[in-house]
Amino acid sequence: MIYHPNDFYSGLKIIWDGEPYSIEYSEFVKPGKGQSFVRVKMRRLLTGQLIEKTFKTTDTAEKADILDLDMIYLYSDGTFWYFMNKNTFEQIAADIKAVGDNIRWLSNDIDYTVTLWNGKPIGVTPPNFVELTIISTNPPLKGDSIGSGNKLATLSTGAVIKVPYFFQEGEKVKVNTRSGEYVARVK
Amino acid sequence: MKHVVDNTWQPNASINNLFTRASIIATIRRFFSDRNILEVDTPSLSQATVPDVHIDSFQTTFFKPGVRTSKKELYLITSPEYHMKRLLVAGIGPIYQICHCFRNRELGPLHNPEFTMLEWYRPQYNIYQLMNEVNELIDKIIHCGIAEKISYQDVFIRHLNIDPLATPIKELKQIVKLLPGDSSNFINESYDTLLQLLLSHLVTSLVEFEKPIFIYNFPISQASLATINLDDERVAERFELYYQGVELANGFQELTDSIEHRRRFECDNNIRTIIGKNKQPIDNKFLTAIKQGLPRCSGVSLGVDRLIMIALKIKELRQVITFSIDRC
Repeated sequence: MIYHPNDFYSGLKIIWDGEPYSIEYSEFVKPGKGQSFVRVKMRRLLTGQLIEKTFKTTDTAEKADILDLDMIYLYSDGTFWYFMNKNTFEQIAADIKAVGDNIRWLSNDIDYTVTLWNGKPIGVTPPNFVELTIISTNPPLKGDSIGSGNKLATLSTGAVIKVPYFFQEGEKVKVNTRSGEYVARVK
Repeated sequence: MKHVVDNTWQPNASINNLFTRASIIATIRRFFSDRNILEVDTPSLSQATVPDVHIDSFQTTFFKPGVRTSKKELYLITSPEYHMKRLLVAGIGPIYQICHCFRNRELGPLHNPEFTMLEWYRPQYNIYQLMNEVNELIDKIIHCGIAEKISYQDVFIRHLNIDPLATPIKELKQIVKLLPGDSSNFINESYDTLLQLLLSHLVTSLVEFEKPIFIYNFPISQASLATINLDDERVAERFELYYQGVELANGFQELTDSIEHRRRFECDNNIRTIIGKNKQPIDNKFLTAIKQGLPRCSGVSLGVDRLIMIALKIKELRQVITFSIDRC
């Protein structure tokens, strides 16, 4: 399927310069007496980077064969990270390029969105918020129970985040995976 | 299944915005009546249309009553310019009009295919006198104060360090490549398209364009129907007004030479052919009128919906229009 920039909509996945992009914003621009064009913000799916791009209205882009699947994380053999489709039990092996920085949020009890391009995994996205256990941190400081100030804590997935001083090992925290920041204590 | 209520019968604009719209249009009419400028009402249908390369008109067919075989192609106006100039030739004096115009293939936050235009003509005025009058009008509505005036050449020199009248196209392409937001797919486009692309980036990205600003002396390749500057034949007596990154108005000291009119129309039609568009029939009633003698004058058109949008601090045209194209 071929798309013209005037038909781009937020969420559409296209191929540009041989790579898949996800359209986030697109705006028709026309100088009064001049040629019209389309100003687009789109995410480069292979890197996650948001880029700006100006299209001519006569440019064309093919629709990208992109599939987002809800999957659970199984295990890693060090080369691949294995995910399973909860409905079909089909397994998929993602390499480190697909998993990327999100490797630090992988846990067996969380569902992930695995993005496939032409059937091959190119991205793994955790939920916005995950709840994880602290496996290592310094003991709480005495008299600092109201939580002024932060310290580093390592979570069960290997992620290192800043948490308030009062946390102890074995406690659970809610974390924002987009910013990598502590959100709340989980009781 | 969830029951979905169809709300598309409702106006796009809030009732409050429509009240403000009415009062702004009343202010515009008072502005012109205070200056003894006559309001006119020219047709929306026309037997001919404009040959402008980047303007697409709507076409329709007229059938005479009873006569099955007799039909005539008509166009919806893209601007009232030709009809109003015929009135000027007929000796009507200073005139203005608020009317709907129609342009196909234009839709976006700042575009609706049907929109409201304010257009006026001032016999004996040059573009500087007309720019001042435009400024006085918009100040009455959006209280923006005195607008800056800068030439097209100076805008490019000041912000991009290139001369839009002298830079070789090779260097222009280099500048286009350096724009934020990759534009490398534009490098085979014409000199003017590259300039328009650069200008539109400046207009939407520079703080300077938050304030009202007139850009004047456009390159002659973008003269449209403006006269050539007497001191510098590389530029035309054309201006545009920008405010908050939005193009609000476009004005000329009007071209009066009928042979030059015909030459520019044919030139536009040739470019249309090259880029795969239909040639437009030449408007001979308009050209005959110009040959009769258009008085020396300047004219300007101003986007009324956009002005109202700015007055209401809104970013989308559809919020000041009763029913935009998807609801009309």
